[in-house]
Amino acid sequence: MATVQTPDALLVKNYVAGDEGALATLINRHESKIYGFIYSKIADRDVSDDIFQDTFIKVIKTLKSNSYNEEGKFLPWVMRIAHNLIIDHFRKNKKMPMYRETEEFSIFSVMTDNSMTIENRMISEQVENDLKRLIEELPNDQKEVLVMRIYQDLSFKEISELTGVSINTALGRMRYALMNLRKVIDKHQIILTN
Amino acid sequence: MAKIYSEKKLVETSMKPKKETISFLLNYSKALSFLKVGKMKIETIAN
Repeated sequence: MATVQTPDALLVKNYVAGDEGALATLINRHESKIYGFIYSKIADRDVSDDIFQDTFIKVIKTLKSNSYNEEGKFLPWVMRIAHNLIIDHFRKNKKMPMYRETEEFSIFSVMTDNSMTIENRMISEQVENDLKRLIEELPNDQKEVLVMRIYQDLSFKEISELTGVSINTALGRMRYALMNLRKVIDKHQIILTN
Repeated sequence: MAKIYSEKKLVETSMKPKKETISFLLNYSKALSFLKVGKMKIETIAN
């Protein structure tokens, strides 16, 4: 003969009326679903236990204070509380769910390191030094404009004011500076790329 | 042999919280009560 299970709604009603055993039945009936749901997001047994506990503390408080209204079903309501507590947990820790390294999934397949390697940094420093040396070879008026524009990030208007020449002259000097640099780079076949 | 590309199951079948957690919750429930004072509900925990 099949045993008839007391519906959740009746157990909740009994619990609110003072039957403590009804809570034990409710927990026993749903613990693996709720705990499994929490663990699937948290992947840590101790933290999952804490969240499970906090979930039921909320459930107990709501039921005991008569604030629960039987609009939805008991289990989806508890799951919603657990879900909100999981979100709170991640917000508090400001971190994303932990990923475990498995045979099929490597964390390094989704993580990249954008910082330069030591080799790249050395090349970059070398390129900058080479370029500085080339700039030193430019005529003074061209060098002055180029340095102000590229290294000091001044506008051509500011350069013209500081050097006492028109904007057009400053632009012309910049153009010749770049042309001369290109010429020297081509002539000596200098590689200035990282 | 064919390789299974799906991720490994994180959740073991039938996971349950610790017995202490359940026991704490049942004891907490027994100890908790609400006193109604006018429109206010005051939470009390019996030792």
